[in-house]
Amino acid sequence: MIEVRDLRREFRISEKAGFLRRAHRTVAAVDGVSFDVAAGEAVGYVGPNGAGKSTTIKMLTGILVPTSGTVRVSGVDPSRQRKELARRIGVVFGQRSQLWWDLPLADSFELLKAIYRVSGPDFAKRLAECADLLELGPFLTTPVRQLSLGQRMRGEVTAALLHAPDLLVLDEPTIGLDLESKERLREFLAELNTRRGTTLLLTTHDLDDIQRLCPRLVVIDHGTVLADGPLADLSAEVSPERVLVVDLDVAVEPLADLPGVVSVRTELGGRRQHLAFRRDVTTAAALIAAVAARAEVHDLSVVEPEIDDVVRTLYARRHADRSVGNVGVPHDSR
Amino acid sequence: MAEAIYPRILHARLRGQLSYRASFLLDCLAQAVAQGGEVVVILVLFNRVTALGGFSVDEVLLVYALASTAFGLSDLFAGQLNALPAYIREGTFDVLLLRPLGTLPQVMVSDLPLKRIGRVFTGLVVLGYALPHNDVVWTPWSVGLLVVTPVAGSVIFSGIWVVACSVCFWLVDGQELANTVTYGSNTFTSYPISVYSGWLRRLMAFVVPGAFVAYYPALALLDKPDPLGGPGWLGWVGPVVAVLVAGLAGLVWKTAVRHYRGTGS
Repeated sequence: MIEVRDLRREFRISEKAGFLRRAHRTVAAVDGVSFDVAAGEAVGYVGPNGAGKSTTIKMLTGILVPTSGTVRVSGVDPSRQRKELARRIGVVFGQRSQLWWDLPLADSFELLKAIYRVSGPDFAKRLAECADLLELGPFLTTPVRQLSLGQRMRGEVTAALLHAPDLLVLDEPTIGLDLESKERLREFLAELNTRRGTTLLLTTHDLDDIQRLCPRLVVIDHGTVLADGPLADLSAEVSPERVLVVDLDVAVEPLADLPGVVSVRTELGGRRQHLAFRRDVTTAAALIAAVAARAEVHDLSVVEPEIDDVVRTLYARRHADRSVGNVGVPHDSR
Repeated sequence: MAEAIYPRILHARLRGQLSYRASFLLDCLAQAVAQGGEVVVILVLFNRVTALGGFSVDEVLLVYALASTAFGLSDLFAGQLNALPAYIREGTFDVLLLRPLGTLPQVMVSDLPLKRIGRVFTGLVVLGYALPHNDVVWTPWSVGLLVVTPVAGSVIFSGIWVVACSVCFWLVDGQELANTVTYGSNTFTSYPISVYSGWLRRLMAFVVPGAFVAYYPALALLDKPDPLGGPGWLGWVGPVVAVLVAGLAGLVWKTAVRHYRGTGS
């Protein structure tokens, strides 16, 4: 569905260098990015601000022309076949609207129907489906400018799906939404991906989005791909430790000597203990048994590494690698 | 089917505006009066002089009316290009690139401030006064010329608008410069070019082909020899000039958008 090879995009930045004189320098926002997305996948494209996410998205959607490298999306070259691509993909930008500000939502949809030449029956069917799942009914006749952000985003997603694209690209779709709206949108997108098989590519800062929607993650920083793989693998690679939190009936000394435990943090004078353990040395079940042998366990939970920790660690590692000159020593000693 | 898209967008834009009828009428009136202000200037001038560049007051009014009508028509569509810097800044232009349509027509129909029809209205009223007060020889040819002239003129104006506003793809603050050319050419074309002199006349009449909007067609309608010695057929080539200008404007726009997608941020 998406094929990206050695993609590079430079920007010329001009700075004042005296009266009427300008110094130019070239900055690569995207610097040799390669990845593939197969039909039906749901991929999260993440990285910090300025990492090159938006620039990549703009090249994938035909807005920007790459400086070098190749892109194929849904079988076409986005920069050369912009209009053809537009018919095949749907794009949702969290921070800019493709709806008509002063028209009722339904009128915007009617215009898009004409623009994308969607047949009457197809249009009615798709709109009914989205309206039902996203509960658009109550505000279909409301002018877009009067909609809440959550309502508008549901409208934006519907607008992007009226021509039944194979690929839906979402740039920060949940930004600024309240929890309920986020959840509703995620649920809808997950359905879209599993039921209809629509391929999803989304950039986000919201790690819940990724956990909920994207089995696969492409992490980018400074214009290059840092990591690409299933979320679970990335977590395991970066932080192989999980944390067992136990609430004990009575306080005991820190349980640091249990097999596999790497570090301990205690709370409530020792009645709650956070035991970090290596998953390659012991299992949660074995550890729980070991704890129970020492003290009466009142309650417990196992905490997976937070995804932002994962991403942060990846950045830190990458920078450490850079500072030692990338000598090629594999850094995971699993 | 594809051709029906732009009228549909326009129609939808119109409905949005007509929901505020009172303010719409006031806006219309304001535009008409603003455009009419220039008529007052012309009348005051002729209180002092009897001829301007070899033209009587009624003849000048005819030139003015043709130019105003053409400018008003082009303002309806091409005037929307004034919003281009905002579209570029706010990322709306990116959204236009995501649709399976050309960017220029999308910008032109992105809004239809119908209040601008006030300008056309003023032009037509003055035209209605000027025609019977001049010695126009009515033949099928002159009637055809009268109908075609505002249309060709509006295409010429629109082309000027497109070329001038394309600057905004390179210069963030290019709008001021662009407006100098667009609104400036409106003022220029409202008077017989014989009142101007030197390089300004050559620039505005032929490089920016303002003389073909109203001046030469008015001469042809009046069957009056050009005081500057231009051949009579110049009054009939407005549509040809319009086609050339439109083609050139299309090329400039294409280049500008290519620049935006190539080095824009």
